[in-house]
Amino acid sequence: MQIMSLFPEWILSHGAASIVVVPLLLAVITALNPSAKLAWATVLGVTALCVFTALGLLLQVMSYGPIHYNMGGWAPPLGIGYYIDGLNAPLLLLISVVAFLCTLYALPSVIAEVEPKKRGPFYAAFLISLAGLLGMVTTADAFNVFVFLEVSSISTYVLVAMGASRDRRALSSSFNYLIMGSIGATFFVIGIGFLYMQTGTLNMMDMARLLQEIGPGDRVVQLAFAFIVIGLGLKLAMFPLHMWLPGAYAYAPSFFTAFLAATATKAALYLLLRFTFTVFDPSWDYIATAVMILLAGMGIAGMVAASLQAIFQNDIRRVLAYSSVAQVGYMLLGIGMATTLGLTAGYLHMINHAIMKGALFIAVGAFWYRFGITQVSDMRGLGKTMPWTMAGFTIAGISLIGVPGTVGFVSKLILVEAAAENGWWWAIGVIVATSILAIIYVGRMIEKAYFKPVPQINDRPVLRNEAPLAMLIPLWVLALASLVFGIQTEWLTSMAEAAAQVLSAGPNTDVPGGAYVLPKVTGGH
Amino acid sequence: MSAQNQHSPHVILRVVSKILIPLIALFALYVHFHGDYGPGGGFQAGVIFASAIILYALIFGLDEAKRAVPPSWVRICMSLGVLVYGGTGVATWMLGGQFLNFTVFAPESTHASGQHWGIFAVELGVLFAVTGAMVAIFYAFGSRVPELRDEDW
Repeated sequence: MQIMSLFPEWILSHGAASIVVVPLLLAVITALNPSAKLAWATVLGVTALCVFTALGLLLQVMSYGPIHYNMGGWAPPLGIGYYIDGLNAPLLLLISVVAFLCTLYALPSVIAEVEPKKRGPFYAAFLISLAGLLGMVTTADAFNVFVFLEVSSISTYVLVAMGASRDRRALSSSFNYLIMGSIGATFFVIGIGFLYMQTGTLNMMDMARLLQEIGPGDRVVQLAFAFIVIGLGLKLAMFPLHMWLPGAYAYAPSFFTAFLAATATKAALYLLLRFTFTVFDPSWDYIATAVMILLAGMGIAGMVAASLQAIFQNDIRRVLAYSSVAQVGYMLLGIGMATTLGLTAGYLHMINHAIMKGALFIAVGAFWYRFGITQVSDMRGLGKTMPWTMAGFTIAGISLIGVPGTVGFVSKLILVEAAAENGWWWAIGVIVATSILAIIYVGRMIEKAYFKPVPQINDRPVLRNEAPLAMLIPLWVLALASLVFGIQTEWLTSMAEAAAQVLSAGPNTDVPGGAYVLPKVTGGH
Repeated sequence: MSAQNQHSPHVILRVVSKILIPLIALFALYVHFHGDYGPGGGFQAGVIFASAIILYALIFGLDEAKRAVPPSWVRICMSLGVLVYGGTGVATWMLGGQFLNFTVFAPESTHASGQHWGIFAVELGVLFAVTGAMVAIFYAFGSRVPELRDEDW
């Protein structure tokens, strides 16, 4: 393939490790770096390199199939293997691109929101969080997943708490998130522990192979599945477990909210997909039931309840945060159908939601940056005072509703098709109803911005004060992406289909290092 | 030591810990380097080394400890540890192997001395990082201003 020659061979063969290692090591150097400007430049360079690497890896996966990388040269199942296929390669690119765009936006936003002394460490924590998310997505070792989950979570708690110089409520939100997140991570690692107890391996493919030998009747494996689903459910804000999310999104520094909203829950959702469909066997009774009743059921409940809650919020970021919980519901509904089309819809909505929510939170940060606006009622006249920012916000907003010609429509349409294919007509009704709720909560903001007069200060209307270019560029890249991919649907949809193919293929038992013999248990069991 | 200190009730503690602290630090290095042949290694050694500094802080006070081991050093120590660990991996990349594939340090060796050197470097990084992190945690908790002073009770 011609385009592959653009990438150095080293990146193609070692990219699976370097995309995680480079941000992690440069985070440490950034932590020692006293200059915030230089720290920002480092982050920009690192994220640009991550985008380049992720693109190379994605193209490589699309042309030559899955990539195996053995850490330290030790082949799995003994060593830690990194594994990239059609399911996680697009997510790597998504996380890297969002991180790059958010970094552009960070320059003005961090200066406005974070104390000067803390800016260097702030960027360092951001790089650690990025490395953690990329590591969670890349690794094929179940315990390594937990390590990266904690790496990204702990740095996220710190970053959320750094919003305290703007609003003290960031501290209690961060603490809340810390407690809930730690419970989630604990449940996850308990599940991994049970799986290790039954299989004696931590490599996901080897685990899948041994679970096939153990079969669906094993109680410990059933328990492990329950712990993993609940643990990851907390991390991905599955409906009744989402209580940490609105506070964390609303009070974190606005740069980090944009990054968090677009990536963190997506990485956890990826893990849920990876474990449910390729480590466990979705054809087993209890897993099929859990997927259909729990994931789809909670998805539906979340769509309705969180959309309703979004309508009654007055803080813009809380509106968008509750909307995020609702959008996770759409993804879970698609996954809960467990058909190739449903999985395509869920995966596509995951990518699309990252694009839309990234743009929306960037715009909200810009409103605060110029006018200190955080409440929906204060958005009066923003269409005149910040026309370009508001236009970007509007495009992403109508995409969130699912207006034809935007990405939000594409994934909702596939979701409706998938529901029709399954004969879940009631689900179509819920999708339409919650889209109407989305019209209300998005429309409320757009109506304030365009149809209410510009507020008066000292009998004079507020002057036009557009956001700086460093905020407008990432906003418009994402807003245009949601238009372009809404019309040119082929590219994203084919990627989502490839991911759904990986998931529909069932447990992935392709251990690169060869099969590992289950140690014989002697004596009492 | 001033005349006042000699009569303080802590004089035995001070004298004994002054003798013990260098020994604890030495024992940490023993645990670290003996990790090649027996139980031990960077993590345990790091905790023991940090405990020497923490003992100093407990006996002589936090301010005194911060004068001996400034918090900025602690931060550098932590970061250096990660850099030594990761830098070993970067070195294996430079030599053409996978990340942290220590065999490339001595590919001809018949008794895996590449692995030996690699582990040695990595464990040194762990020693720095753990020592730094332990002391940093102690400083962070120790430096907290109590919401209520002891006299106010």
